[in-house]
Amino acid sequence: MCPKIKFEMTVAVVKYNAGNIYSVLSVLQRMGVEPILTDDAKILHQADKVIFPGQGEASNAMQYLRERKLDEVIRSLTQPVLGICIGQQLMCRHSAEGDVDCLGIFDTDVKRFVPQKHEEKVPHMGWNDLTNLKSPLFKDIHEGEFVYFVHSFYVPVCEWTIAQSDYINPFSAAIQRDNFYATQFHPEKSGSVGQRIIQNFLDL
Amino acid sequence: MLAKRIIPCLDVKDGQTVKGTNFVSLRQAGDPVELGRAYSEQGADELVFLDITASHEGRKTFTEMVRRVASELSIPFTVGGGIGELADVERLLSAGADKVSINSAALKRPELIDEIARHFGSQVCVVAIDAHQDESGWTCYLNGGRVPTDRKLFDWAHEVCERGAGEILFTSMDHDGVKTGFANEALATLAESVTIPIIASGGAGAKEHFRDAFTLGKADAALAASVFHFGEIGIPELKQYLHNEHINIRL
Repeated sequence: MCPKIKFEMTVAVVKYNAGNIYSVLSVLQRMGVEPILTDDAKILHQADKVIFPGQGEASNAMQYLRERKLDEVIRSLTQPVLGICIGQQLMCRHSAEGDVDCLGIFDTDVKRFVPQKHEEKVPHMGWNDLTNLKSPLFKDIHEGEFVYFVHSFYVPVCEWTIAQSDYINPFSAAIQRDNFYATQFHPEKSGSVGQRIIQNFLDL
Repeated sequence: MLAKRIIPCLDVKDGQTVKGTNFVSLRQAGDPVELGRAYSEQGADELVFLDITASHEGRKTFTEMVRRVASELSIPFTVGGGIGELADVERLLSAGADKVSINSAALKRPELIDEIARHFGSQVCVVAIDAHQDESGWTCYLNGGRVPTDRKLFDWAHEVCERGAGEILFTSMDHDGVKTGFANEALATLAESVTIPIIASGGAGAKEHFRDAFTLGKADAALAASVFHFGEIGIPELKQYLHNEHINIRL
């Protein structure tokens, strides 16, 4: 019998102080990937894919990343990187949350939702639809599919936008620049649509 | 556009789902993870798991169940029941829950809301309010609707919002289990008086009741248990109905 040589993809998940990442790890495991949760620069650089997840507060998260020089590590990654939620916001130039300078991978600023009517509640929490999809990240995802959001701050529609959603105003549901991909929504909490988006990322 | 949410609620005792009718007699309805998965596949937007076990052992079983749910499902879920202090919140969130729902503990010590919001963010803090309408208005109750308090629904809702709650889960004890519709008038007043989402609970018996909770009651989400557990209303047909009624829903 010939020995089977199986390609094992390594997926690193950035370990930092932003919230509960248990569901990101779980969804990867369900998809047959054993993720490595790490803040080790060498492992992050060597991984095939890097996921930068999280929920939390921007200025505290940035302080944590800077203290451990993870800001430089993330900026210097060359493989496909997927930021999720606060991960996406931290990849921008500046965040209104805690008035903090962020990683600057995307040359755009993160703003706070300002309700125009009483019904417009902040945080934007729940399922909202995706439009203007343009990226291999959304292969086989249709316009109008719903994904799950929980956030009070947003990335405006800009040159990097690869998916839009609308709450109070149109905003970037996802952005991409070179090898850096990021979603404002939580694909790990977005049922089968979210799982497909994660699969698309792993297939890049 | 942000969709209105349909949320099945699973009462869990000793690792098994049960459903209370008017908060008392209980009937068995299966394994919570399997039931949760079935709901997720049918299109439930979120799930709520309420621990109705009193014992320490039962609490441990519940935490293990939370971990299983988080491992196996990929939609958001809230857990509640028996949360008394910040350590309970920490335990459930680290087991993988997205949100926690607090009720009696918040009435007894409202500062718990501030603490949860400060430590974990408002978005994880759901405050459940059980209230009954009497001649003096809507009164809040403790301990699963057994003990009246001197707090009034709208004042309390305003206070929990100020303290940093992320959502209010309002159950009308007068409507719960009766299946004649949600407390739409009180829901609409709540929606107008606070700036956080309202989950309507108690009273679902027909598809029209969900529509009315969203249109008349102005609710952001509607929760129900027995109509889903016993298959009286299927989630796909409910969501199709709501869509046909021009309510923005995730199909």
